[in-house]
Amino acid sequence: MDFNFTEEQGMIRDSLSRLIREKYDFETRVGVVKSDSGWRPEMWAQLAELGLLMAPFSEEDGGLGGGPVDVMIVMQEFGKGLVLEPFVPSVVCGGGFLKHGGTAAQKEEHLTAIMSADSTFAFAYAEPRGRYNLADLETTAKKDGSGYVLNGHKAVVIAAPWANKLIVTARTGGGRRDADGISVFIVDKAAKGVSTRDYPTVDGRRAAEVYFDNVSVGADALIGEADNGLGLIERVVDEATAAVCAEAAGVMGVAHAMTVEYSRQRKQFGTPIGKFQVLQHRMVDMFMEHEQSISMTYMATLKLGEDEVTRKKAASAAKVRIGQAGRFVGQQAIQIHGGMGMTEELAVGHYFKRLTMIDSEFGNVDHHLRRYTTLSAGEAKLAAE
Amino acid sequence: MNLDFSPEEIAFRDEVRTFIDKSYPKELFGFGGREDLSREQYLAWHKVLAKKGWSTPSWPTEHGGTGWTSTQRYIWSEENARVDAIMPLPFGVAMVAPVIYTFGSDEQKARFLPKIQSGEEWWCQGYSEPGAGSDLAAVKTTAVRDGDDYIINGQKTWTTLAQHADWGFFLCRTDPKAEKRQQGISFILIDMKTPGIEVRPIITIDGSHEVNETWLTDVRVPVENRVGEENMGWTYAKFLLAHERSGIAGVARSKRGIEKLRAIAANEVIDGKPLSEDASFASKVSQLEIDLTALEFTELRTLAGEAQGKGPGPESSILKVKGTEIQQRLTELTLEAVGHYGAPYLRGRPADGSNTYDVGPDYAPHAAPMYLNMRKTSIYGGSNEIQRNIITKMILGL
Ligand SMILES: Cc1cc2nc3c(=O)[nH]c(=O)nc-3n(C[C@H](O)[C@H](O)[C@H](O)COP(=O)(O)OP(=O)(O)OC[C@H]3O[C@@H](n4cnc5c(N)ncnc54)[C@H](O)[C@@H]3O)c2cc1C
Repeated sequence: MDFNFTEEQGMIRDSLSRLIREKYDFETRVGVVKSDSGWRPEMWAQLAELGLLMAPFSEEDGGLGGGPVDVMIVMQEFGKGLVLEPFVPSVVCGGGFLKHGGTAAQKEEHLTAIMSADSTFAFAYAEPRGRYNLADLETTAKKDGSGYVLNGHKAVVIAAPWANKLIVTARTGGGRRDADGISVFIVDKAAKGVSTRDYPTVDGRRAAEVYFDNVSVGADALIGEADNGLGLIERVVDEATAAVCAEAAGVMGVAHAMTVEYSRQRKQFGTPIGKFQVLQHRMVDMFMEHEQSISMTYMATLKLGEDEVTRKKAASAAKVRIGQAGRFVGQQAIQIHGGMGMTEELAVGHYFKRLTMIDSEFGNVDHHLRRYTTLSAGEAKLAAE
Repeated sequence: MNLDFSPEEIAFRDEVRTFIDKSYPKELFGFGGREDLSREQYLAWHKVLAKKGWSTPSWPTEHGGTGWTSTQRYIWSEENARVDAIMPLPFGVAMVAPVIYTFGSDEQKARFLPKIQSGEEWWCQGYSEPGAGSDLAAVKTTAVRDGDDYIINGQKTWTTLAQHADWGFFLCRTDPKAEKRQQGISFILIDMKTPGIEVRPIITIDGSHEVNETWLTDVRVPVENRVGEENMGWTYAKFLLAHERSGIAGVARSKRGIEKLRAIAANEVIDGKPLSEDASFASKVSQLEIDLTALEFTELRTLAGEAQGKGPGPESSILKVKGTEIQQRLTELTLEAVGHYGAPYLRGRPADGSNTYDVGPDYAPHAAPMYLNMRKTSIYGGSNEIQRNIITKMILGL
């Protein structure tokens, strides 16, 4: 057992945290959020130059040979700085599908572009009536010659306004919510028949509704096996879940530190409010929630490579615990800041907003608790047989 | 003891219901509690009620109260919550008015009460300052006598909706040398158009403009605008805070909120079934409703006590703490219910002022802003920590 980072991983963390310190201060971020595009492509390119977008890919695929732990390190730093750029949609999801399911040609074409930031991917999986069930798909892809024709509506596709490529999950067979009959496609956002309705999100990012109206794609757009995509989707989503858990841990750490610091500075009744025992204990509880979130992030990250049930349970357990912790830490950070916590001007409110939104990404607490319960029941049944 | 309405009370309920159904502005159905209302929207129902003589039910009848019993007032708030009405704001009707009719001069009563009742004059509350939040007695804004005027200097903050206000009630220090800090404060009514007042917006995390900084520089206010005695303002301020707290439970509104939440959950789909049929979600809603019932009966007990002449006491702190926790929980569950569509930030749109959006279901875009906005409720009106301190001291005697 070893919870230490390698030298390379330490370097990734240090260079990223330096970049964020120098170029991602709160005021700068506020300006970027308000700008027309809502992000900085040049920052994205700079992250690529640092090699960050290559970190989780094997050397064979042209990456740096890292893996989930590298993603975890990056995402914790992203969380601390509330970084907007689409590491999870493009690198973890887009890159993840290619890494686990792409052909050599697809990797050659797309993975290289993801790593260099020449391509930016968004992951279009959610649907208006599908909630967090990855198999509940109304979007269809019908076989058409050697290719497919896509029709459907994807909801709240994070980073779609910034992306030039989309990963799209669609039904190629089976009934709605069947595990079989699901396929995954790469679709050019500029393809004929793709339209988007872009908007900002509550936590300062950008997303879009994406509509597919008879969008034709070639056979080479299919990632992985036709009709058999759910396993691949679940794997990538578990990786993305671990990544946003790491991000949440980073966000919580800063929200907690800001709160402790504020309680030192803020005086009422002639004393720093941090001297009130009820607030001290509250901040201790926040601290414990944060520590457990880090632990769960490590746990889930380290189990991403294990067998399917172990991996799924680990990702769900982490997401449950971190969803709960994030809510508590975020709410109490605001509470202890008093009126100041309610202001858009102070950074702490933005950390709270990010924590709030992370809960609904890749399934909220209820969803993952249910999934964990189902998986456990399945194991118990197997053991009994 | 019984819980039944008398035939008279049932007749009253029917009268109220008919009146509301007929007179409540249709375009504002379901807008109560929204964080992005215009001045006109805030005042629309108030003005209708004023014409009917129902804008200030809780006032003594000689000043224009309706003389309703506590049961009638309970019915009144229930019926308004049914349409999610935008009720008259508390600052005039429920806060400054009781201070004026209890401690004010006859001139002040005649000058201010009618226009509070009619909704003609909008009031704001100038208590908090950057250095005086929970510790309100630390107010530093000074009022210095100059002939028949006070010259007022200082900074207030968190002044809710001061951007619309015609008048404000302010706590100012009139005796900086008083032995105890509480003894040197006066309660002063200020015309917000007086030169030297500057109101600057504070934008909150939900993106709305609800609070402000209010800067006062050499603001000249006639001494006759002081309510009650000089240096006795703390007494009036505390009297007012108790009134503020008792209205804060929001039982009727939360009941309506639960109904709305149930409607949302019935429309949301989880694995092909309505979310309302999902056992774990449904049980969370039930839990909330049970908590609300406990609050409701606690409030009814408190009201019964008040009807027997016990003023709002430290027990109202229970209503504040539990009421706000329930309001916050309601917004948490609503945000959970809307799933992915909690993320789009569409507030302020569509520009036509309608309630129809081109992204997701129409109930979704307000879920996250409301969740964020409602965090305020455990901070203002005496934070929930301060309420627990009050109960500790005043009830537990520790
Ligand atoms: C949306 C909003 C609207 C408002 N509207 C108005 C208005 O119209 N007019 C007006 O005058 N004011 C208004 N307020 C101000 C409100 O009354 C204050 O925010 C409140 O009194 C808390 O003060 P503070 O914000 O300075 O927090 P602080 O007093 O600095 O408190 C910070 C934290 O410390 C805790 N704390 C403080 N003292 C103690 C203690 N002794 N023991 C334990 N914990 C403690 C608090 O509970 C809080 O969690 C509004 C506030 C908000 C957020």
